[in-house]
Amino acid sequence: MPLLEVRNLHVCVEGREILHGLDLTVNAGEVHAIMGPNGSGKSTLSHVITGKPGYQITAGRILFKGEDLLALGPDQRAAKGIFLAFQYPVEIPGVTTMNFLRTALNAQRRARGQSGYSTPHFLKRARTVAKQLNIPQSMLKRGVNVGFSGGEKKRNEILQMALFEPVLCILDEIDSGLDIDALRIVAEGINAMRSPSRSMIVITHYQRLLNYVVPDVVHVMSKGRVVKSGDKQLALELEASGYAQFEDAA
Amino acid sequence: MDLVLAKAMPEDKANAERAVGNVFAAAHGRLPGAGRIADIRARAFEAYERVGLPHRRVEEWKYTDLRVLMRDVLPLAQQPDAPALRRAQAAVEQSAFEPAIKLVLVDGMFASDLSDVARLGKGVDVGTLREVLETSTSDAMAGLVLSTTADAMISLNTAMATDGVVMTIAEGRVLRRPLHVIHVATASSASHFTRSYLHLGDGAHATVVESFVSAETACGYQANNVTIALVGDQASLSHLRVKADAADAVNISSEIIAVGAKAKLNLFNMIHSGAVSRYQGFVTLAGKGAELAVNGVNLLRETQHADTTLVVDHAAPNCVSRQNFRAVVDGAGRSVFQGRIIARPEAQKTDGKLTMRALLLSDQAEADNKPELEIFADDVNCGHGATSGGLDESLLFYFGSRGLSENDAQALLIQAFLGEAIEGVANENLRDFATAQTERWLKARR
Amino acid sequence: MVAARETVERVARIGVDQYRYGFETLIESDKAPKGLSEDTVRFISAKKSEPSWMLEWRLQAYRCWLTMTEPTWARVHYPNIDYQGIYYYAAPKPKKQLASIDEIDPEILKTYEKLGIPLREVAILEGVEPPPGGPPSANRKIAIDAVFDSVSVATTFKAELKKAGVIFMPISEAIREHPELVQKYLGTVVPISDNFFARLNSAVFSDGSFVYVPPGVRCPMELSTYFRINERNTGQFERTLIIADKGSHVSYLEGCTAPRRDENQLHAAVVELVALDDAEIKYSTVQNWYPGNSEGKGGIYNFVTKRGDCRGKHSKISWTQVETGSAITWKYPSCILRGDNSSGEFYSIAISNGFQQVDSGTKMFHLGKNTSSRIISKGIAAGKSRNTYRGLVSANRNAAGARNHTTCDSLLIGDKCGAHTVPYVEAKNSSVTFEHEATTSKISEDVLFYCIQRGMSQEEAVSLVVNGFIKEVLQKLPMEFAVEAQKLISISLEGSAG
Repeated sequence: MPLLEVRNLHVCVEGREILHGLDLTVNAGEVHAIMGPNGSGKSTLSHVITGKPGYQITAGRILFKGEDLLALGPDQRAAKGIFLAFQYPVEIPGVTTMNFLRTALNAQRRARGQSGYSTPHFLKRARTVAKQLNIPQSMLKRGVNVGFSGGEKKRNEILQMALFEPVLCILDEIDSGLDIDALRIVAEGINAMRSPSRSMIVITHYQRLLNYVVPDVVHVMSKGRVVKSGDKQLALELEASGYAQFEDAA
Repeated sequence: MDLVLAKAMPEDKANAERAVGNVFAAAHGRLPGAGRIADIRARAFEAYERVGLPHRRVEEWKYTDLRVLMRDVLPLAQQPDAPALRRAQAAVEQSAFEPAIKLVLVDGMFASDLSDVARLGKGVDVGTLREVLETSTSDAMAGLVLSTTADAMISLNTAMATDGVVMTIAEGRVLRRPLHVIHVATASSASHFTRSYLHLGDGAHATVVESFVSAETACGYQANNVTIALVGDQASLSHLRVKADAADAVNISSEIIAVGAKAKLNLFNMIHSGAVSRYQGFVTLAGKGAELAVNGVNLLRETQHADTTLVVDHAAPNCVSRQNFRAVVDGAGRSVFQGRIIARPEAQKTDGKLTMRALLLSDQAEADNKPELEIFADDVNCGHGATSGGLDESLLFYFGSRGLSENDAQALLIQAFLGEAIEGVANENLRDFATAQTERWLKARR
Repeated sequence: MVAARETVERVARIGVDQYRYGFETLIESDKAPKGLSEDTVRFISAKKSEPSWMLEWRLQAYRCWLTMTEPTWARVHYPNIDYQGIYYYAAPKPKKQLASIDEIDPEILKTYEKLGIPLREVAILEGVEPPPGGPPSANRKIAIDAVFDSVSVATTFKAELKKAGVIFMPISEAIREHPELVQKYLGTVVPISDNFFARLNSAVFSDGSFVYVPPGVRCPMELSTYFRINERNTGQFERTLIIADKGSHVSYLEGCTAPRRDENQLHAAVVELVALDDAEIKYSTVQNWYPGNSEGKGGIYNFVTKRGDCRGKHSKISWTQVETGSAITWKYPSCILRGDNSSGEFYSIAISNGFQQVDSGTKMFHLGKNTSSRIISKGIAAGKSRNTYRGLVSANRNAAGARNHTTCDSLLIGDKCGAHTVPYVEAKNSSVTFEHEATTSKISEDVLFYCIQRGMSQEEAVSLVVNGFIKEVLQKLPMEFAVEAQKLISISLEGSAG
């Protein structure tokens, strides 16, 4: 059974259809890249999989380990191990990153019927993971993303991903706004998490990220559909010839 | 909110009322309109009489106690005679500017000889309040023009208004020349009441300036004026008001404005003269996506008292309002800013900001700021900021070290301080006009 | 108040109807006849065996009260209060003269245990995790004065405080035992001719706490008063007077609860603080009077006058309040910055839900030279509540160098509530620096989704964001209070999310 199955997905926002019958299958352990021009529906797909309010699913279904995902609330999906690294991580003033991480992790564990981590145990784990990602301790004591640089925000997303150990990671333009050094750190963090039991969907505009995070499958999205799928060569072709050739295919 | 005990009312209310009662009775024959109009006036006067002149226990007038500042209402000014009109003309010439079209009110009466009615273009109709109230055919119009609120000074105006300008600008019409309503006072120790009306049709664009000036030798007068304005959908109005009254005059101006969908309103208000001056505006953003920008400047010295009070009522979704007030207070002047942003339950996505800053140049000066938020819709982004303080000593020293005299250094800092509010005036000519007024004030300061 | 150690989980899933302090204690009580007259005032004074000067003072206040009507400027609406339908004095009936705490009616002791107020003299351990960088928590002691209806029933740690020279006792006792101090300071901050409710309080107050910290003494422990209204149809009118003599320092905590009742009950307290040269008073309140049920029935009318006088140079008074209860809140803890270089602070969290109406804020009167004040107000409105911040900052002609900074933020949860901000900023000389900023917004949908995507429930997410919003103020509370306040806030907002 595939880990994630999206079938004939139609999605509207305020009455306008954004996704027009999208299909996508992701097996356990695979890394899929989704590429496409602005407005092709990439972010919408990530929001619909994670259950963001404001989208109407008019047809189709999403199965996660064979279970109907659309029947679950966004927090339940998170507890099942679905993680979204946001394109624009929000700032939450007054809530320290550490407190945020602990509240979220314990909420997920509770939902899975596990006991919450003890404070010392949690702190130790968070510090270890932060160190691997080159995140200074001081950042953990600051408000979530408050005053963080673009690179710090993205690293904070990867920190959360590493800590929560999700089964399906959706990375929405994790490379946007990163310089080459920051990109390398983020990519290393992602690669360290690749495992046969974990799948990833990497949404990006550019081939650049895929030099570091090498995908098993590349999809091209245009106008709310997957118009072409292939291996990593497809990304290189796109880099060379652009998206225009696919505009008509959609 | 008072720390000290309530003192007795500063003024004997009964006396004040009796005086006004006489004024109304005395004016009766001179107030245009009969029948229904006369009823409206009588009811408005009753409403006024119930509360009398506003005082500090009336929350909206907390800082401008008219029982202390005005004491009572003076008798209505006589209809201006030929010599009065000649004196008025001199004052008009001083304040008029090209290419504006002059509409002149002298002592509360429209003066057609001093006005440029002939120069009005197509789609612009200017009449007088007197005509509207005296021709029974426009009964609905009369009701609209005389519409009133709970405010005592507006009620008094409804009762007493002798004349005013009624301007209608047709749908889609774009006015190239500003309309310049000039209020001139020639009579001393008298009061005048005007009521004007402006209707800007859908999609029309216009600039309207109101100036308040006095003829030589006119002193101790009281001006009470109200403007009712309707700004149509997608219309755009720039509205400026400059108060340059006689040094011992009282001027109470009120304005009630409704702004339609996607319309733009740019207000500018400047007070730099007169003993007691209040501008109170009630702006309702009535249509979806309306935009309001307000800038206000109070320039005060000696014992001048100036009050700018503005209520911005977001009554429709997606409206934007920006209010920006600056006060420079010298001598024993007192500046009052009260600004309120209301977001009604239906006004989701309201974006309202208000800034008021006061610069105090003397230890006898006073600045009272009361910015208010009254929010009933949850999806809003509203805020206000208020600061009060003196000139930055370190900047003064810096300028001094570069060879500027203290006076020049102060003038530079004051201009910079006012700049932001004046920059907000949309029309370039009017911006220059406002800047010139500021410079004149600064020069007189030396 | 180190209130109950219950966790949020234990009281979880309750709505505004589930006020957790809403039980009633069945004990006999001794009441004054219903209604207010000179006789009532005399009755109370006699009950307290007061000296004649005190009775005279009360009668003067009563006559002042008669000349005034209720204030109407606040944004609160309530039916007329029948001042003749209230009992002005109710005391638990003593079985005999009490010699020690063991002789207090066990029912009352049980009540305080239920509330988590240990009246026995035991050191209080936090049992909660200290925030990073927080103060060490071991072995802190808190002296408590418990006021049940109108009467102080127990004051703990008296002996230890006495050693330090600190006087902490019910004000009724202080009137008898330290008349010179009471006469010197009572009514000097809030005079008998003050506002309507303060006048009423001056006439009929029955008890409250009295604190005197002698020169140079740093009070060895936190002082705390715990107020509880129990009787039906009873008004509570407590009076607190705290004097910090030259160079002394005291931190005082106050907590309040009441049973759930369908009728409204009046609470009109007066708190007077006096700080002499170089003295500092920190006054913290967690106000959790019964707010009424989900239909807006019942609840406490809280009309409170709190004022601190920074009488000495370099003195400091700091108010911190967490307001979650009461059907109506009308209170403006203020500072009179009279001494040169004195400073005042006001840190407030006001949360309203259901049909609660809050009109609260502060007043900072800058009178001396180089005085400073800081205001941080965080208002949260949910349900169908109304939440108004009303604050005054004024500087006199002679208050050269006065400085104020005000931050006033409001958060709306849901579209049936209202949040209002009404500041008055009055500057009367050119050397002031006043800065005021305010915002009103709602919790962003994007922030909520971010938290929920990380696995939190909607309620957890709202609670987390709200806690972040109020953190600046929460940090100003003594730690035991901060933990309790945080729980209270989660409970107050339950059922408001989504």
